[in-house]
Amino acid sequence: MIAVIKYNAGNIRSVAFALERLHVDFSITDNPEEIQKADKVIFPGVGEANTTMRYLKDRKLDVLIKELKQPVLGICLGMQLLCSYSEENDTPCIGVFDEQVKKFQPLQHEKVPHMGWNSLTPTHSWLDSDVANKFVYFVHSYFVPVNAYTSAITEYIQPFSAAMKKDNFYAVQFHPEKSATVGEKIIRSFLKQS
Amino acid sequence: MLTKRIIPCLDIKNGRTVKGVNFVNIRDAGDPVELGASYAEQGADELVFLDITATNDNRKTFVELVRDIARHVNIPFTVGGGISSVADVEPLLEAGADKISINSAAVRNPQLIDDLAKAFGSQFVVLAIDARKIANQWTVHTHGGRNPTDKKLFSWAHEGQNRGAGEILFTSMDHDGTKQGFAIDPLVKLNELLDIPVIASGGAGNKEHFIHAFTLGKADAALAASLFHFGELSIPELKSYLNGNGIPIRI
Repeated sequence: MIAVIKYNAGNIRSVAFALERLHVDFSITDNPEEIQKADKVIFPGVGEANTTMRYLKDRKLDVLIKELKQPVLGICLGMQLLCSYSEENDTPCIGVFDEQVKKFQPLQHEKVPHMGWNSLTPTHSWLDSDVANKFVYFVHSYFVPVNAYTSAITEYIQPFSAAMKKDNFYAVQFHPEKSATVGEKIIRSFLKQS
Repeated sequence: MLTKRIIPCLDIKNGRTVKGVNFVNIRDAGDPVELGASYAEQGADELVFLDITATNDNRKTFVELVRDIARHVNIPFTVGGGISSVADVEPLLEAGADKISINSAAVRNPQLIDDLAKAFGSQFVVLAIDARKIANQWTVHTHGGRNPTDKKLFSWAHEGQNRGAGEILFTSMDHDGTKQGFAIDPLVKLNELLDIPVIASGGAGNKEHFIHAFTLGKADAALAASLFHFGELSIPELKSYLNGNGIPIRI
């Protein structure tokens, strides 16, 4: 069973429908026991970092997430909140990845948010090599710089972490649930992890 | 590299696609879900569904439809038509819409943009602007272009951005339906003025028009309806042409 962590994230419904399309059993839950005993956990996210961290802390979900032992996939804001700090409203985050989330600073009138389809350069084998140079859908104004945990790089204004991995934690900045067949392939790659 | 987006737009009335759709691989040309999924498969980057009836009676039908689209379509989609409050939006978000577009209601009550951006985030709010050039001024119109207002395109787009809109969908009513190309000059000006993405709409008649919208007009995305629906131009053909002409595009 896959647990999708239920909280005030905008894309929970989209993630659920994507899992339905893959014929995967899942439940959307904020029940700590159910999350702990799930085979895999998906931590979605669309929204603002500070409000969301407060929501998670009030329910002690921040501690719960950090201590999970099964494969966990953070999506978009979910990935950013797995870092230690976000510049978005000066927010201390969960701290699985010891990295700081920064705001895009346009150099030549690039638009922010970074919105639309951009290509992936995988650097870690948890992502199938055939997603190399394929396009996935991004919507974000903050980013994680390239670091030791980076497992795919995308360029917008500068290179940044499109995906990361540390131990049992996997994370993607883009929206696999909205990235057509390439996104489906990436969700499947995560579901194959143990 | 971030690519330019191609966006088919579908008009919905009573849960069905309006205007005939001329596709060989579609069983039911009126079914928005099947049509949307087919566009996604062909390589559309996003979809827009506009509820053109947008009466209270049809609201529930539309929300049900949005849920069905979200269930079957694996690319982002925007829904619009008749949204005038945060309460109108909640069921659409819950049903799985990725973005909503607002038009007349925002002109009537600009605070709506702030409220929606605060409640759901800027990335969720597309400000659609219909404008026509009157006495050398791009004048904003509401109600499907029927009613002129005292708002001007550039100041209104800028105000929309400042209030929290995440994208501007600009339709030139002077170009819409003409198939003579997008309105390039106002696109250039919008791009200079704004820090958020601009979607060009109105006037697409052939492949070159898209190149002009992206290179001359510097649009981030281009939207078209009948050109795609009637099979005059297929999305794979358009995208391969753009790609061959050096436009960054998702193939």
